[in-house]
Amino acid sequence: MLTIRLIPCLDVKDGRVVKGINFLNLKDAGDPVEQARAYDAQGADELCFLDITASHEKRATLYDIVQKTAEQVFMPLTVGGGVRSVDDIRTLLLCGADKVSMNSSAVARPELIKEGAEKFGSQCIVVAIDAREVTGARAVAREPSGEGAERMAQNKNTHKKWEVFVKGGRENTGRDAVEWAKQVAALGAGEILLTSMDRDGTKNGFDLELTRAVADAVRVPVIASGGVGSLDHLVEGVKQGHASAVLAASIFHFGTYTISQAKQKLQDAGLPVRFSNQ
Amino acid sequence: MTQTIALIDYGSGNLRSAAKAFEKAGAQVRVTNHAEDISKAERIVLPGQGAFGDCMRGLSALPGMVEALNEAVLKKARPFFGICVGMQLLAARGLEHGTHQGLGWLDGEVRELQLSDSSLKIPHMGWNNLRFGGAEVRRFEAASSSEPSNLRTFEPLHPLLKNLPPSPYVYFVHSYAFAPEQPGDTLASCDYGGSFTAMVARGNIAGAQFHPEKSQETGLQMIQNFLEWKP
Repeated sequence: MLTIRLIPCLDVKDGRVVKGINFLNLKDAGDPVEQARAYDAQGADELCFLDITASHEKRATLYDIVQKTAEQVFMPLTVGGGVRSVDDIRTLLLCGADKVSMNSSAVARPELIKEGAEKFGSQCIVVAIDAREVTGARAVAREPSGEGAERMAQNKNTHKKWEVFVKGGRENTGRDAVEWAKQVAALGAGEILLTSMDRDGTKNGFDLELTRAVADAVRVPVIASGGVGSLDHLVEGVKQGHASAVLAASIFHFGTYTISQAKQKLQDAGLPVRFSNQ
Repeated sequence: MTQTIALIDYGSGNLRSAAKAFEKAGAQVRVTNHAEDISKAERIVLPGQGAFGDCMRGLSALPGMVEALNEAVLKKARPFFGICVGMQLLAARGLEHGTHQGLGWLDGEVRELQLSDSSLKIPHMGWNNLRFGGAEVRRFEAASSSEPSNLRTFEPLHPLLKNLPPSPYVYFVHSYAFAPEQPGDTLASCDYGGSFTAMVARGNIAGAQFHPEKSQETGLQMIQNFLEWKP
């Protein structure tokens, strides 16, 4: 039976693993190669490696780390951050990545998704979507018909809206997250990595409504991300959010829980999981 | 004894990832797009990611490559392993985006996964467990009946399945699968909204729909088995 994937995520800045809250206040969480090795040994199902180094000049550091990390792990490795061209994708694959995740560049030039999928296959192309809830006044103000107040009352509970942010969460694109998800899937993305910016680093759990809205709208698998603080949150992400995979960072990096504790929790909730000795 | 492996590079997917798994298992890997390296290698691995037609075109575009493969695998019986689309290419035909000819070493077609449940995600992506063919299963049951479950040994009839758990998890990413015409060519199956062929083997030819290079210990064990295989 296909199991629920549990994916630890390493946010890497200038060669170190860091973790922030709402994409800010970064805190050092260790050496990426060491962490990758530990997660491989614990039986993580995949590993995600996001480079959040601001400057593009430091790409060589990233390639070096991806290469060293890839030598240590024999599970699927997704690498993202600053991917702008088919050549960038190829370089990462040659460093040992199995999938490449793109975010800002896919929004800036959606054809990149198609080009990448055609050249390397959809299974290589992950589109990361950073979404923030805009339900309420702002979303309504965007409605062209301007039926203001009434719509606002209606929207409040029934029609939540989320918009896509890029550049590490600094820039709102105004795109609807669910629509964008459908579009990237149609362009050839093999998977969507969906992060709630409202929840990221808060430990309050996934934005389940967002996750479910996106997961139910596309045929490709959705990885839920942003906000995991307890093991129950992982279960909710699958059961209520309809995610195919759950991603978490700080609960694992800081040793709050191990991968196998998390899997045990998922299994106790009746979800299929794989343990490392199977 | 170090084995030399030719890993065919036709511009597709996670080559480095595949190469390092075979290196980890002790092989000397030559990543190559030259036909002459195929004739020199002791064993041949054909990876593959992307669409069937594109992969076959990519392979055929390498001068003399398909001929060299036919010669080494069919005539000289060198052990061959196809991974993912590299396994699908063994088929006579692939039906992804039109009908395309494959290498035709095994009879059968590559078809879209037929899912009984329309809510299942496509591609089939992640860790799923293998079911081994009839003879393998009977052997397993016979061995296990008198022992406690945690000591169950699984003695496979096929050397590629040596030292594996009885129903191991491996990592898949695909939307199409090979349906061999001869049931005997299927070495392992898997279920995703219905059963499909996950491993094939006939003579010196073998292949996996999943990615052994990404399947942690189980995958590395299979790669080890392939290196020791004397078909």
